[in-house]
Order: sequence, then C-alpha cells, then structure tokens
Amino acid sequence: MKRFPDAAREALRDETLQRNLAHATGTIRARRLSVVSEVGDWEALREAGRAIKERTLRGLDRYLVQLEGAVERAGGQVHWARDAAEANEIVIRIAQKARATKAVKVKSLLTDEIGLNEALAARSIDAVETDFAELILQLDRDKPSHILVPAIHRNRTEIRDLFRRTLRGARDVSDDPAELAEASRVHLRRRFLAAEMGISGANFLVAETGSVVVVESEGNGRMCTTLPPLLVTVAGIEKVVPTWGDLEVFLQLLPRSSTGERMNPYTSIWTGVTAGDGPSAFHLVLVDNGRTNVLADTVGREALACIRCSACLNVCPVYERAGGHAYGSVYPGPIGAVLTPQLRGVRHVKSLPYASSLCGACFDACPVKIDIPGLLVHLRGRVVDGSHGNAEAGAMRALGRMLSSRRRYERAQRVARLGRGGKGIAARLPGPLHDWTRARELPSVPRQTFREWWRAR
Amino acid sequence: MRVSLFVPCYTDTLFPEAAIATVRLLERLGHEVEFREEQTCCGQIHANSGYERDARRLAERFVRIFGDADVVVAPSASCVGTVRDHYERLGVAGAAELAPRVLELSELLVGRLGADDVGASFEGRVAYHPTCHSLRAIRVGDKPVRLLRKVRGLDLVDFPHADECCGFGGTFAVKNADVSAAMLADKVAALEASGADVVAATDGSCLMHIGGGLARSGSPIRALHLAEILAGTAA
Repeated sequence: MKRFPDAAREALRDETLQRNLAHATGTIRARRLSVVSEVGDWEALREAGRAIKERTLRGLDRYLVQLEGAVERAGGQVHWARDAAEANEIVIRIAQKARATKAVKVKSLLTDEIGLNEALAARSIDAVETDFAELILQLDRDKPSHILVPAIHRNRTEIRDLFRRTLRGARDVSDDPAELAEASRVHLRRRFLAAEMGISGANFLVAETGSVVVVESEGNGRMCTTLPPLLVTVAGIEKVVPTWGDLEVFLQLLPRSSTGERMNPYTSIWTGVTAGDGPSAFHLVLVDNGRTNVLADTVGREALACIRCSACLNVCPVYERAGGHAYGSVYPGPIGAVLTPQLRGVRHVKSLPYASSLCGACFDACPVKIDIPGLLVHLRGRVVDGSHGNAEAGAMRALGRMLSSRRRYERAQRVARLGRGGKGIAARLPGPLHDWTRARELPSVPRQTFREWWRAR
Repeated sequence: MRVSLFVPCYTDTLFPEAAIATVRLLERLGHEVEFREEQTCCGQIHANSGYERDARRLAERFVRIFGDADVVVAPSASCVGTVRDHYERLGVAGAAELAPRVLELSELLVGRLGADDVGASFEGRVAYHPTCHSLRAIRVGDKPVRLLRKVRGLDLVDFPHADECCGFGGTFAVKNADVSAAMLADKVAALEASGADVVAATDGSCLMHIGGGLARSGSPIRALHLAEILAGTAA
C-alpha cells in the first residue's frame, strides 16, 4: 500500500478528479446540512445512537448469539468467519452446493473488504454488481473511492464512454442521466432474471428477531434479495443492534447523514425465509476479519460504532483533495483513517493516522459521535510506540527535553535568533523546513522574544 | 482581576507582538497581568503527534506552574484546547481542576468578563478566520466576532468557506505538505477575493501558515492575531 502523502500527491495532480470531488462533496454537504437542521432533537438522536452502539459493543458476544438463534428459528443458517478467506470459502461452498454460478449483488462494503467478487470469479461464479455506481466500477475494473458514492471520482462523460465501450446496445448512449440509467437497467434486467443467487451486505442486524436490514436508493438491491431462490448475506459482526427500538434511532440518523434525505427510498428488512415469498434458502455469514482486535483496544473500539453514512468524508477537507483511493481501502476518509489501521494492524498502515489536520469537522458531522480526531491521536500514539529509533522520534525527544527546562528553552530561543536571515539556506535543506517553504514563507525571527520584552519593560 | 498569562512557545519566540498586545489590552481594561517565567510549552506538539510520554511531562510541568492561578489566559485556542481536552486523557494529576480556569482570550473577555466592547480602534477591512480548535475543540462560538464588531473603524468582511480548515494542523503541514498546501491555496484565494486588508484569528500557528501562504502569493493581506486588533487604540 502506498503511503498516504504519496497517493494524495498523485490525486492532487488530477484536475478532473479534483473538480469531480469538489462538486460531489459540496453538493452532498449542503443537502445534509439542510435536512439535519430541520430535526429539532438531532443532538439527542446522536447521543442515543452513540449510547446504543456503546452498549451493543460491550455486550457483542451476547447479542451475536441471540441473533444466531433468532435467524435459525426463522429458517436461516448462520456461519461464522474468522477472516476474509474463511468468509469467501463459506460463500463459495453455499453456491457450489446449490449449483449456482450466476449471482447478483447488493452494494456492500464488506464484500469489497474481503474481496468476495474476485474469490467467486476464481471458482467460476459470476457475481454482478447491481448498484449503479458499483456496476460502473466493476465494468471498468476500478475500485470504490467513497462509502456511499463509490464512483464519486467519475463524471457523466467518463461513464458514458465506459457504457459505450462495455454495454451491449449502448453504443449511442448520451451522457444524460436518464439515458445512462436506462442503459444500465437493460443490462441488469437480464442479469436479475438469470440469477441463481443473491448476495448482500447488511446495514443492521436486529438481534431480537434475527432480521437483516438493507437501505438503498435504487431498488436494485431489493431485486437481489427477493428474486433469486438463494440469498446470502455477508455482514461484519459489529452490524448487530439489539432491538427494533434501537433500529428506529439509526433509521433516522442514517439517511439524513448519508444521502442527505429525510428517508431513503428503499428499506428492505427480512427475517429468515418465508414459504412462497422471496428466496427459499437464506444464509447469514458473520465476519470478524480484524474486528475483535479493534474491540480489544478500549479506546480504538469506538470506530466500530460507525454506521457507514460517509458524512465524515463529505465534510473532510483532506478527503475532498486526496480522494478515496489515497486511503488504500474500501473505507476512505476520516473513518477509514481510524478503521483501516486497526483492522489491518497499525504497523502495516502507519501513514493513515496522520492523514488529517485534526480539524474536527468529522466529529461534528458523525451521527454516532465518534471522536475521530481523538482516535487519530490515539493511533498516532500506537504508531510511535511501535517505531523506535527513527529520526522523527529522536527529534521529538530532543524537542521535549528542550521544552521541559526553562534554561534550555531560552537558550534555544537565542540560537533561533542566530538564524535570522537564514531563510535561503533553510529552503535548500531537506526535511520539514523544506516542506514548509515549498508553499509558504518562513516567519522571520524577531529581535526580541516576548519574555525578553516582559523583563525589559 | 489577576490574570496569569500563558504565551505559546512559538508565539513567545516568533510572534511576540500577539502576546505583548494581550498584556496591553488586559492592562488597559484594568486587570493585573502576571507572567510566570518558568513556562515553556503546553505539550500540544507532542500530544497531537502521538508522543504521549513527552506530552505528559510537559503537561505536568504546566499544571505545576499554573496550578494555583485564579485564571490563566492564552492567546491561542489550540493550546487551551490541549489543556482542556488532552491533559485528563494523559492522566495528569490536577488537570481536571485547572482546566476550566484556562481560557482563550475571547473566552476571558466575552465569556468571563462580559465585555464585547474593549474600546479598541482599528482602521481596515478585516476577515476573521475561525480556527478549527477555536470553533470545534474549545467552541468559542461567535465571541471573537462579537469583539471585532465593536472595534471602531473596523469593517468586518465575510469570505466563503470561512470555517473550513486552513490546512495547518501542526505536523500535518509538513507530513502531508501537498494536501496542506492545496487547502492553504483555497484559503488564500478566498481571502484575496474578500477584499480584506487583514486576516485575523485566535491562533498564531494558523496565522503563521496563512500569512506564509499570503506572502508567498504576493498578497498585501496581513495576518494579525485577534489580540493585536483589540489592543489597537485611536492614535
């Protein structure tokens, strides 16, 4: 994985990407602000959402077992997967047992996280993405760059060209959104009718009844969960909520925070199987893939409260400029910067906790009040603890020593003054001063420090 | 009121005018200002970068020096934020008791002393940049703006996306220099289009970054600390 600063530098050079990002995040940001401001008890809702998530994470072991029992009583089967490989293997086994080779998929971050499509393809099982944006990415062999709007980095013209190239009968499609939607509809209709298996993720899993909840905008997800005879839901273990009463809070928080809508167009909820209605077989695969490690960090676990609304991405000035791919994961933006290092191990993803100016816009936007700046600082501490003896650690220790004594501090101030007029040299040196002077002038060191003025007055 | 002044290390060394202005302003308003010379740094650089041990040592030092002060004022929202948000997390004894008595300048003036009008005069068009830590860490709200509105001769000008981060972020400015510079470029462009002569803020660190960017682009806009404007009187 590329270091964040290097990946971000490349994104900054791409002018089309910069325009697409600024336009899209700006639009969603304004919509979110307007629908959030009309809710009188928004702050109380956020507090409730946070409290439910905290309580659930503390009792996760119990709620998961309760969920398993409820799903099985409703005629579904539950599988437990330690990691991505196990989860993929379970889905493949289910497909093979049913002799299914054609699958249709609901938009799902988790299946992207575990690389399910690639694993299925390797066993000759064809999984087609049916969410409009996910379809675009699949056709172009591209990766998502936003939680909610995975193809946010693409504009209409780029999508038109892609459809002309890849979709049957779309050679003359224009960049009119209605025409693009129609082209995808014609393409997907054939896939829906031929599908032997539906695959979904989950926004929420209700423990008390074993119900799965998926929210979406297009209705294609509901085609996947109702049309094929076999349905497999793959979900992270943190998706469980105890009761329907708890769900009510999140169904208010999520649409306003994510798409900036009062209510999302489609909310699909199913419980096991129902004879003569929808799929006749239902499997729920519960995936850990690093989540219990996150849970073990009593500070870091707060990141598991995330409901994947992407409000933090849309308000983040760093995301807006670096784009989603720079975060090297299906979870980009501020939440990705605190989640990915924990899921993969901090030592493998050292640059992400620093991919923030700690401006705090994400914290204010988060519907479940995850203290993302606080978590970033916490993870920086874990990065520092894990990297001894590098140049930065040495410099920071020396700085700390200097600042912990008045005598050493005042001596350093006098030394700094010797550097007056030395700006030209600083700019030619490598290191932090060089990085600073690439875009900004250095301040000049004044003749007198404040404390010297104070003593002399 | 007897006010103990905390001067951020970089302000002491690089921007003494902001601290001098704070002293002159408070004395003009009839308060007694003390400066405890043992002070150095609040520990923010270390606390925000993950160097918790060094941060804790500096935090303990801060609490030792200021522990018995009635009220501590700092011309810096981010240093105040460090004391109020980080010291307890770092497990510093006495931090919780001291924290509510450590105030940013506008918090002291408007929040504690109830003074919107400090009798200042300043000729010019001023754009106020609400720094992230003033807005979202210690939440000063509109206190600085209320002070600026009462300054004689001062014309307060708006600019788009004012509450968006300028891109400084401490070590972020050098660790992610390209993204930081892109954020700065947008802030500079917005300020230049505003017609302001001066950009003012509660934090010298952000002003060092914004001022450095303005100077690099050849802009005549000056970066001034809120205290420097409030200390101004008609000549």
